[in-house]
Amino acid sequence: MPGLEGRFNTLVKAKVSAVLDRAEDPGETLDYSYEKQLELLQQAKGGIVEVVTSKKRLQLQEGTLREQAAKLDGQARQALAAGNEDLSRQALTRKQAIEDELGSLDQQVADLEHQQQQLTDNENKLQAKVEAFRTQKEVIKAQYSAADAQVQISQAATGVGEQMADVGLAVQRAMDKTENMKARADAVGELEQAGTLDDPTELGGAGDDLDRQLAQVTSTGDVDAELDKMKAELAGGGAPQQLPTGDEEAGA
Amino acid sequence: MIVRIATEGQYRLAEEQLPRLRELDAEVVSAAESANAELFERRFAELLEFVRTGDLLEDAYLGPSDAILPPPDASLAEATSEFSADGLIPS
Repeated sequence: MPGLEGRFNTLVKAKVSAVLDRAEDPGETLDYSYEKQLELLQQAKGGIVEVVTSKKRLQLQEGTLREQAAKLDGQARQALAAGNEDLSRQALTRKQAIEDELGSLDQQVADLEHQQQQLTDNENKLQAKVEAFRTQKEVIKAQYSAADAQVQISQAATGVGEQMADVGLAVQRAMDKTENMKARADAVGELEQAGTLDDPTELGGAGDDLDRQLAQVTSTGDVDAELDKMKAELAGGGAPQQLPTGDEEAGA
Repeated sequence: MIVRIATEGQYRLAEEQLPRLRELDAEVVSAAESANAELFERRFAELLEFVRTGDLLEDAYLGPSDAILPPPDASLAEATSEFSADGLIPS
């Protein structure tokens, strides 16, 4: 059959035939096949638990990033109040980088939740198929008329194997996604730590590698707007809540 | 014909649906060949949408599929590694 001779399909067939070739006796093949299915079902469940754990870890990491953003905001205010606008701008730039990443993480966590739901549905399907196989194998054993039985075994085992591979694929995709998200969240978290602003006097402000990276990933427009807003708040004391609309404060 | 959408489920399509299925499949292939990701996504979504008009098979159904489509969120690169130039649906 041309067309769908992809990696995925081939993989399913290879696995199933390995199981089917194990025993000469169909009864034995069926029992072995069923045992193998139960084993793989447990593995699939383990995979789903792993995805859920990764997602939770990622959400915790999001929480940490939020705290870091809040801390940087505070530092920017302090620096500005002390008249150090450069330092304030640096803190805001870092905060902006973290917030950009948080926005993208939120979306990805939502995607992951959707994937997780699909995984659970898939696992239920697999469970149902393995259960159906258990019943079917007894029927096949009972009739056990040579060629017919062999065809039925092959059909049933391929059907279950296909579902196994499908759950495996879904777990793999979800894991790839969490790994990717975790790596990005780690990288952004490190941005804040690397440029630690705990002691503002130690920051010379001469752009290091980190600053250059930050400058590339953030829009300075947002930082300028926020800086202007902070200035207005400090000046007015009464803190206007909306952002200044444009450059009218630029000369301030 | 039984078509599985990977990570989603198996659908049974009636004989009279097959010509349209092959047309849509051919469009996905030509979109993939043009390496136009946006076009591919649109065509692939149309193919999936059509497959979903078939009967969703019950969870306990034990038979294999005649064709397995990549997962709905597959990118062009992922999908092209999964099928040959003949298309996703075997003839």
